Amino acid sequence: MGQGFAESGADLELVGIRKRFPGFTAIEDLNLSIPAGSFFALLGPSGCGKTTTLRLVAGLEEVTEGRILIGGKDVTATKPYQRPVNTVFQSYALFPHMSVLENVAFGLRRRRIADATGKAHEALRLVELDHLAARKPAQLSGGQQQRVALARAIVNRPALLLLDEPLGALDLKLRRQMQLELKAVQEEVGLTFLHVTHDQEEAMTMADTVAVMNKGRIEQLGAPSVLYELPRTVFVANFLGQSNLLSGPVIGTTADSISVDVEGTRIVVPRSRAHRHRGNVTVGVRPEKLVLGFGPPEESAASNILGPGRVIDVSFSGVSTQYLVAIAGVGTIVVFAQNIGTGPVASVGVEVWVSWRVEHGFGLEDEDAPAPKFPSDTDTATIAVQKKRALMSEFGDS
Amino acid sequence: MAFTAFSTGTATEQGPRKSSRIALLLLLPGVLYLMLFFLVPLVSLVITSLQAPLELGDIGQYQAAFRWENYATVIGQYGEQILRSFLYALLATIFALLFSYPLAYFIGVKARPWPLLQNLMLVLVIAPFFISFLLRTLAWKQILSDESPIVTGLKALSLLAPDAYITGTPIAVVFGLTYNFIPFMTLPLYAALERLDTRYLEAGSDLYAKPFTTFRTVTLALSMPGIVSGVLLTFIPAAGDYVNASRQFLGGSGTAMMGNVIESNFLVSLNYPAAASLSIILMAAILVLVTAYVRRSGTEDLL
Repeated sequence: MGQGFAESGADLELVGIRKRFPGFTAIEDLNLSIPAGSFFALLGPSGCGKTTTLRLVAGLEEVTEGRILIGGKDVTATKPYQRPVNTVFQSYALFPHMSVLENVAFGLRRRRIADATGKAHEALRLVELDHLAARKPAQLSGGQQQRVALARAIVNRPALLLLDEPLGALDLKLRRQMQLELKAVQEEVGLTFLHVTHDQEEAMTMADTVAVMNKGRIEQLGAPSVLYELPRTVFVANFLGQSNLLSGPVIGTTADSISVDVEGTRIVVPRSRAHRHRGNVTVGVRPEKLVLGFGPPEESAASNILGPGRVIDVSFSGVSTQYLVAIAGVGTIVVFAQNIGTGPVASVGVEVWVSWRVEHGFGLEDEDAPAPKFPSDTDTATIAVQKKRALMSEFGDS
Repeated sequence: MAFTAFSTGTATEQGPRKSSRIALLLLLPGVLYLMLFFLVPLVSLVITSLQAPLELGDIGQYQAAFRWENYATVIGQYGEQILRSFLYALLATIFALLFSYPLAYFIGVKARPWPLLQNLMLVLVIAPFFISFLLRTLAWKQILSDESPIVTGLKALSLLAPDAYITGTPIAVVFGLTYNFIPFMTLPLYAALERLDTRYLEAGSDLYAKPFTTFRTVTLALSMPGIVSGVLLTFIPAAGDYVNASRQFLGGSGTAMMGNVIESNFLVSLNYPAAASLSIILMAAILVLVTAYVRRSGTEDLL
């Protein structure tokens, strides 16, 4: 049984975790250390093993190999009800036959904590649902159910709170609101949160530390801004926001920069922002760091220039406009231009140059060029544009 | 339930007159059937139960009357059998529940990864229905008879006294009732447990509930509708059963239940008013017990 209320969050340590299911390996040698009191997000596409990791920590699955330590104590062999951990499930899993209040008081009653009802009311007040305490879960909206599930978990003051994509079923507006509330609750109660999600924006807004997971491994771990600024792999560069990736051999190195030859164009990346300095290197730059120009920009040591290319698609999204620029030999480049009213407005078919400051580029660790020429996030848009172009040229020929 | 659904259906604006006429037409066969085969016999049964013997008449000849004393007489005369009926039915229901719940849980929850096994086990539960209820009960009479390997074996192991027997005892009757109604208990339990979302069990375990506590607070509570319908489907027919307790089957002289008494009054002593009033008492008692039970278990929508 748990040892009453945790005074504060506890740190979680996963050592050499391996999890095999019949037929496949879900997690391959996972090492992870989450400091007490932090908001940690495990981010990855579906099937990457993030939910399995969560279930291993909760004790709902058994590890094949490795150890799990919570607050320095080895809990690998203990049952879920013995771990000082609570979970907010993706499906909420609120007991349908109990009232909201009974649901929230359930964990307290099991541990025979005094004044379970009072504490449950208190937790419901925290999520602003105390007036619905007598209702059954089925009588609540999705957002309210989510908050009840949260109250049911945090009322136990677990040393570690696990969140299994709890916001996935909510609509965008409610999700944003819940993200802020969750973050506020975490700061208020000071528990350690382990949040699993496939929504990169959610992970970045809420978490202190984000671990990007892919195929049962952690690709990169760090503060959201670091991950965004300096992704280490193609996967991270594309999963966390969008990236323009270019690759080629290193043709020159100086004390503080490396130069890469991309189809005849020389691209310079600061040495400190490149994870590899030799051989074939993939360099990248975020779309919002790019500047569109209608004429060849002035060559300078402080910026990289690609072009000329043609604008093949323009899509307006309010705060910014997304341009797709096709550059011969390089591929399609995505540019985000802020709609500040003063910049040039390009239309489809216009010849443009793309430039960015050297210090905005980054070099990836991956050996080979990315298989797709464009970031996976823009796949559909780019593919649609290419289809459109193919169709148009077809009609033009006939 | 059916009536509320019906009334909301006809209350809609689009042609209520026409749809209600069709609905009445569709209801007609059912209503006629109930009138003919339930209401008429019931009224006739009530009339019979109040009849008085024909003055200077033969045995089995009665005339219309209002003899309320018939009820008091049969309660006084057959109080023992009435109580025994409900006791046996209660025991059979409890044993059937204890046997069926783990079975239904295994088929409906544990065997989920193997649908083939699930179907096979369900077939095994239903398979006895392919053989007549009477034949199966007779077979048990053979199996439990004095010369059977079971009884001689128990005696050889000194688990049974040398002069003891099983057939004709209350044990055999309750056993027979339990056995015969197990499928009626298992199937509704299976239907309820098959729908059980195991994520609730994980949530219980995550909230510090030990496996038994999770079972008590979550599984049992969520399968309550199945338990209630299984108990009703077992208890009601078991209380009125007259096959298992009869002397030709598993019963003896001291095991007669209400069904046996009704049977002998109707067919042997030709005391129709006594048989009819016993039938009405049985019906009323079951109605009262079942209503109280359903109220208590909080599943009123079954009524």
